[in-house]
Amino acid sequence: MLPGLLGKKIGMTHLFTSEGKMAPVTVIQAGPVYVTQIKTEDKDGYEAIQVGFEEISDKHLSFPKYGHLKKAGVQKNLRTIREFRVETQPGVELGQEIGVDIFAEGEVVTVTGTSKGKGFQGGVKRYHFKGQHMTHGYMTHRRPLSSGATGPQRVFKGTRKPGRMGTDTVTQKGLKVIKIDAERNLILVDGSVPGPNGALVVINKVTR
Amino acid sequence: MSKQMILTSVAEPHIKADLPDICPGDTVKVHVKVREGGKERVQVYEGVCIAVKHGGIAKTVTIRKISNAVGVERTFPVHSPMVEKFEVTRKGKVRRAKLYYLRGKVGKDARIKEKR
Repeated sequence: MLPGLLGKKIGMTHLFTSEGKMAPVTVIQAGPVYVTQIKTEDKDGYEAIQVGFEEISDKHLSFPKYGHLKKAGVQKNLRTIREFRVETQPGVELGQEIGVDIFAEGEVVTVTGTSKGKGFQGGVKRYHFKGQHMTHGYMTHRRPLSSGATGPQRVFKGTRKPGRMGTDTVTQKGLKVIKIDAERNLILVDGSVPGPNGALVVINKVTR
Repeated sequence: MSKQMILTSVAEPHIKADLPDICPGDTVKVHVKVREGGKERVQVYEGVCIAVKHGGIAKTVTIRKISNAVGVERTFPVHSPMVEKFEVTRKGKVRRAKLYYLRGKVGKDARIKEKR
């Protein structure tokens, strides 16, 4: 089967475990995805399965994407198209619908998403700089101060400075699947996943 | 179906339908399941409800009592399977939603009028 699925983060809520403990869970709408292209070593240089996710209306579908989906025989307008690298072809067909039932309850998965954007932030928030004293006569409080030694007469590349923070690709590992709702294609994982509600996430199986 | 509706429907099977109406100021008996050495029994905890925090499945009540001259507060998630049932033994008449001021009071000062 496919090594992962595309999904949409719905939000977080609580559930009770069998021991009666309250657990935070994230609800992800995972799939259904449709196979749009099968890439092979001979033709494309590597093995992969390309899938599309999330239906949209006709007016939001670009013409090149329309042609690509038509070629694959998918009768849906799909917003997102991503591919999963595989070592051996799992035996899926073009246009095949794949749902959340590729995962099992109790399985451990990784979830990749884009973290929330924080805008332009200073060094204290962005890199956990200590900052200076708030009192005792200090007149600077949250400035980055020294940028390095005076010897090289320049600032090294990669020196941590204030700047744009967030919207990074973040992978959350070791998330346990609490529950699967195959009817509505919902997957409930223990704990939080990156990104705002409604954002695209990629759920991957742990291979080893 | 909106995102909020999906979240509500996910939590819905865990929500208890037959809960009594617990308000701040009420004296409440809580029947809690206790696990000791593989065995399970029910313990009753009685005190005054000093706070109710809403939030669907995450709703909690904070119950305060004086035990051996020591103030004890326990916060129960009301929909938890570890709480067997709630019993409201006395309705209190209070003018505040959170009765945290009771923490500084003992004996006669900590009395609450009964609602009639």
